[in-house]
Amino acid sequence: MTTIIILQNGRLIDPVTGVDEQGDIWIENDLIIPAQKKLPENSQCFDLQGKWLVPGLIDMHVHLREPGEEYKETVESGTRAAAAGGFTGVACMPNTIPVNDCASVTQFILEAAEKKGSAKVYPVGAISHGSQGAGLAEYGEMKAAGVVAVTDDGLPVIDSQLMRRAMEYAGSHDLLVMSHSEEIALSRNGAMNEGVVSTRLGLRGIPAAAEAIMVYREIALAELTGQRTHIAHVSTAAATDLIAQAKARGVHITAETTPHYFTLTEEAIGDYNTNAKMNPPLRTEEDRQAIRKGLQDGTFDAIATDHAPHSVIEKELEFDQAANGIIGLETSLPLSLNLVREGVIDAMRMVELMSSAPARILKVEGGTLATGTVADVTVIDPDKEFVFTKESILSKGKNSPFIDWKLKGKAVLTIMNGRITHNELS
Amino acid sequence: MKETYRFRHKHILGMEQLSVTDIYYILDTAISFKEISSRPIKKVPTLKGKTIINFFFEPSTRTRLSFEIAAKRMSADTFNIATSTSSAQKGETLIDTACNLEAMSPDIIIIRHGSSGAPGLLTRHVDAAIINAGDGTHEHPSQALLDIMTVREHKKNIEGLKVAIVGDIAHSRVAHSNIIGFTKLGAEVRVAGPATFMPPHLDSLGALVCGSVAEAVTDADVVMALRIQKERQDDPLIPSLREYAQFYGINHALLQKHARADALIMHPGPINRGVEMNPDVADGEGSVILEQVTNGVAVRMALLYLVMGQEGGRAEA
Repeated sequence: MTTIIILQNGRLIDPVTGVDEQGDIWIENDLIIPAQKKLPENSQCFDLQGKWLVPGLIDMHVHLREPGEEYKETVESGTRAAAAGGFTGVACMPNTIPVNDCASVTQFILEAAEKKGSAKVYPVGAISHGSQGAGLAEYGEMKAAGVVAVTDDGLPVIDSQLMRRAMEYAGSHDLLVMSHSEEIALSRNGAMNEGVVSTRLGLRGIPAAAEAIMVYREIALAELTGQRTHIAHVSTAAATDLIAQAKARGVHITAETTPHYFTLTEEAIGDYNTNAKMNPPLRTEEDRQAIRKGLQDGTFDAIATDHAPHSVIEKELEFDQAANGIIGLETSLPLSLNLVREGVIDAMRMVELMSSAPARILKVEGGTLATGTVADVTVIDPDKEFVFTKESILSKGKNSPFIDWKLKGKAVLTIMNGRITHNELS
Repeated sequence: MKETYRFRHKHILGMEQLSVTDIYYILDTAISFKEISSRPIKKVPTLKGKTIINFFFEPSTRTRLSFEIAAKRMSADTFNIATSTSSAQKGETLIDTACNLEAMSPDIIIIRHGSSGAPGLLTRHVDAAIINAGDGTHEHPSQALLDIMTVREHKKNIEGLKVAIVGDIAHSRVAHSNIIGFTKLGAEVRVAGPATFMPPHLDSLGALVCGSVAEAVTDADVVMALRIQKERQDDPLIPSLREYAQFYGINHALLQKHARADALIMHPGPINRGVEMNPDVADGEGSVILEQVTNGVAVRMALLYLVMGQEGGRAEA
């Protein structure tokens, strides 16, 4: 007889069914089952007074670094960090070594996830062979092996014809194209946002136009091909505007932004802090406000982290030599809860951005608490305060600009396929 | 009650960190050291037993030599490490290299590096005093200090002066440090050059961005031209040196028409004669270019002396 997990008296928030009320969730095996009148004998009960019960969070933009850079992160360590952050699913980018541009790499990742994963792993395949920007990777075989989307993330697709063909061909295999939108002729060798701070620090800047130009190209191509296209890690007001306009005229486009873009500005770089270096870079306060507004008004569909673990080898360097990227899985939820507390979005919208919408965009299970669906559930204690110390980080990467920040709100119980993957309750 | 001023900086990373009082204190110290260089025996025992490493990641003749002469005139032992490739490319990080130097107990490390912020990074990993001899396109404080010292010798007061800086401001740490330094002391700093040479939001540093060289040098007390690098391969900044010279070069006619008759002509060197500055100007009446070099030694002696004073081991000059 299987143990039934009973989550009692939580605030159920489900954007798919529109439910926001006190209630219970019963889980048997890997499914959410209807609540019964009588407590079964084999049950594990959690009293969730004051806590939120939401569909398992899904991060659609993560770098797990395996295969090839296991010293930075592995499927095991990355998904453990994900579970601790409240995530039951992560989409992992293809810029591994080798690049995930064929079925065998996809299979390798999925096998590692099956054996050692604490969250569901959704591999994203490469747009081009080796992400070299020439020639399509084999989307059909990768899709059959389990990829949910394609991207050359980390490297923008320079050739517009390749991007057009990628959209068309991906459409034939019902795969989403995710765009890392960057005009590298403008951003090349840039180390941070171009503006007041880059001038003060004497660092080569990346203008906001580098993002806007490519975002516009993707919109134009999405319009041309009619294929669904997703804009990754939007950092600027200019790109946010373009996406809002495109959506208004019905282009099949979706977009994500990250907690660092709605929380920080270029000022976080301070005295050459490489843990505030990522690509696209932190922008200005104006951009930050535009991103927050975009989260509020629906321009953005998802909050993703662009979790990009690096070791000190890549980060304890001269600023212009240091690698781009910061970790994000373990800070995404409290930073997003800040938006709720500050009245930018409500709790329902936050869950939509962090769970239901990513599930819908990637066409994967989860994102709802409906009876009969998969038991991917996250319990959030919105009032739990903690200091995000370097020692507490589960990811192998310790490259976060939020280290030693006092954060509020935490995943205290994460359940993936009916299995408890993270538990701070008992 | 008058508070006793004490120079408190262990490291010299940039003009940004120095107060007006600091700057004048360094300049006054430099003036007292300048005389040593004109003695028959150009040596004082002030830094005897101190070990100073010149740690240069970019080619440099005059700055490195200037620091070395300054150190030797103060009786310090100096060592030069020059490398054109960053240690990262050799498989060793800057921090590792610096920690290796640190293990040999230097008192001062003078660093020039192609990456902005590299000297500051060193301060977090070594105990030696760090002096920035130029980092990326960030700062070159000893150059700004010697420029200010030279202007001060001629004009007495820096406050109220009009200082024109012409050239590639965006890629010049000399311009950056001078804009901060002269502005702090109350001068009006104007900059000019093609827009491709102007970093964004230059006004945030306190500089006045002028539409033309003529506008920048109008009534100027000081005119400084910057060395023009050959065009960067990945970034087309100017069509040709020939065209640059025509529209942005400093020549006699331009100065006669617009600048003050007693304007000082400066250049951090090395000069591309006939490009950013005509020979008739570089060798002309107002030119203080070689005085800048002379003062460079005095300023660097002062900096070496002052950063060592932090340890309480201050000796008499």
